[in-house]
Amino acid sequence: MMDFLMNFPFITIVLSLFSAVVAFAFKGSRARFVTYFLLLAGAVMSCFVLAYNLSSETGYFVYRMGHYDAPIGNEISAGLLEPFFVLIFEVVMLLSVLGGKRRIFSDIPEEKQKLFYVMINLCHAALAALCYTNDIFTAYVFVEICTIASCSLLMASDKGKSLIAATRYMIFSLIGSGFLLIGIILIYSITGHLLFTNLYEAITLLWRDGSYNFPLTVAIGLIVSGLCVKSGLFPFHFWMPDTYGTATPAASAILSGVISKGYIFLLFKIIFRVIGFDVFLATGVQNILFVFGILGMVVGSVSAIRTKNIKFMIAFSSAAQIGYIYMGLGLGTRTALVASLFQIISHSLTKSMLFISAGGLCDAAGGKQDFASLRSCAHKNKVAGAVFLAGALSMVGVPIFAGFIPKLLFAASAFEGGAKMFFVLIALAVSTMLNVMYFMRTALTVYYPLGAENGAQAKTRACASFAVCTIVFIALNIAVGLNSQPISSLLEKGIELFMNVR
Amino acid sequence: MNLLENYEELVAMILFVIGFTMLVFSKNLLKKIIGLNIMDTGVYLFLASMGYIKDALTPIVPAEGEVNPMDYINPIPSGLVLTGIVVSVSVSALTLALCVRLYKKYHTLDLDEMYMHMKKEEE
Repeated sequence: MMDFLMNFPFITIVLSLFSAVVAFAFKGSRARFVTYFLLLAGAVMSCFVLAYNLSSETGYFVYRMGHYDAPIGNEISAGLLEPFFVLIFEVVMLLSVLGGKRRIFSDIPEEKQKLFYVMINLCHAALAALCYTNDIFTAYVFVEICTIASCSLLMASDKGKSLIAATRYMIFSLIGSGFLLIGIILIYSITGHLLFTNLYEAITLLWRDGSYNFPLTVAIGLIVSGLCVKSGLFPFHFWMPDTYGTATPAASAILSGVISKGYIFLLFKIIFRVIGFDVFLATGVQNILFVFGILGMVVGSVSAIRTKNIKFMIAFSSAAQIGYIYMGLGLGTRTALVASLFQIISHSLTKSMLFISAGGLCDAAGGKQDFASLRSCAHKNKVAGAVFLAGALSMVGVPIFAGFIPKLLFAASAFEGGAKMFFVLIALAVSTMLNVMYFMRTALTVYYPLGAENGAQAKTRACASFAVCTIVFIALNIAVGLNSQPISSLLEKGIELFMNVR
Repeated sequence: MNLLENYEELVAMILFVIGFTMLVFSKNLLKKIIGLNIMDTGVYLFLASMGYIKDALTPIVPAEGEVNPMDYINPIPSGLVLTGIVVSVSVSALTLALCVRLYKKYHTLDLDEMYMHMKKEEE
């Protein structure tokens, strides 16, 4: 009976892939309920897989797809990190879709709303596959599916602005996929394998042998840079504000909170399970990631201060927060890796909450996104204002919120980082200062006291699903912030599994 | 000469670079899509040449008789190329659809011009 649980990752992926097709045939709003149901069912299944792995001896299993064993067949693998991250992604997607429901109705032409939910199902399938897969070419195919689905989410609102933004996003994504594909093929041509386990063995042997170190380094660099472009690391973050700023809030929340994190999780999995962390450190790629991570933290925050549009500000802050994740990867110590993974979780929870609440605030301001129109709109939509404040506090890193923990862990890990310590501490301090500046300014603007000229406007009532979702968002954020100990020990165990158990 | 012996790889890399430059630097959206396809073709040529063995057969197992794996080319790269082609077809289709929608809205294929039109509309 217990072994039946091993089917769950596969069921999650296939069910959401098929339901994307089935939901297309449904009439009207039924596609919506299919999406809700699948995200919920996926979250429950991930819980089961996580519980199964926590209770089993190895904490890790490999699931064979089809009838052929390792070198020929395809595989799925799940340790502790995979189901946990899939769970987080599914919860965030569900809350974003529910919370942004009203805006989905108003932003997207009615006949296309069904397709929007179909694309969310596809994103769900692709993300689950990215996390669970044990085969590098499958990973590439699902990266592309994820790109197509997320681009369709962006262009759903059918305005000129969002179409241009979707085109730019698509071009950046295609450059990223090109690098990823050629990196994968180089590695395949050197080793002759596609499964993570076999690749790891071959790469470790080859690296020890020393004769293929240069081609291997190039291939690793290409894979890493491909996924960096797709997730929006510093020099490639220029598509972010346009795309996140023009899409409907649910789409921006899913794109920034979940999809870019899915690529980063895949990068982690490839680094640990394909390349091997020792080989990765020996190539020196992590130093480049470290530099760009730190630059991203500072440049993203500075751009966020300069912009006058609330959604652009949140998008630039995404670029800064993704810089934190890559900085942790660049540091390379155990604590820094835990901090990076924790940052993925806390940023995913917080950023989607901010996008959803910004959608509510913009509604209250009559659909405008610039700070001048947003003045004192938090009084008109109290729930959105409160949620935005909570998100801002979490982003800045106030204790009891989730955003505090990764900053603490990064600071702790800096002391293990040797020469990099100085840069990490300075970057953390500068970036936090800048964070405080732009989030406080925004919070003060939206809470500006109601004057005579704008006091007369009617209050907009927050719809029920928006209120419930955002309250769940805050509760989750605080729960993660307060229970940091069990979560970070889970992440540490997961990294241990990633590194040592094959 | 090592390069001349491996001329498939050389051509593949040249195609990749041509396609990549077009994708990144060309202003015209259609040219960008053509560049994307050239880039993908380069990658597929590289991959297909990896699995090709001179004078070997297509990997289709006959219904009767002895089968010697050494007679056939490596089928896995061919399978990967097929998958890759499917992916690039769907990506091109999506980008072309975007192109059509943008052209109907702005009557141009130049990304910068579209941007200017959009800015004007906002004002």
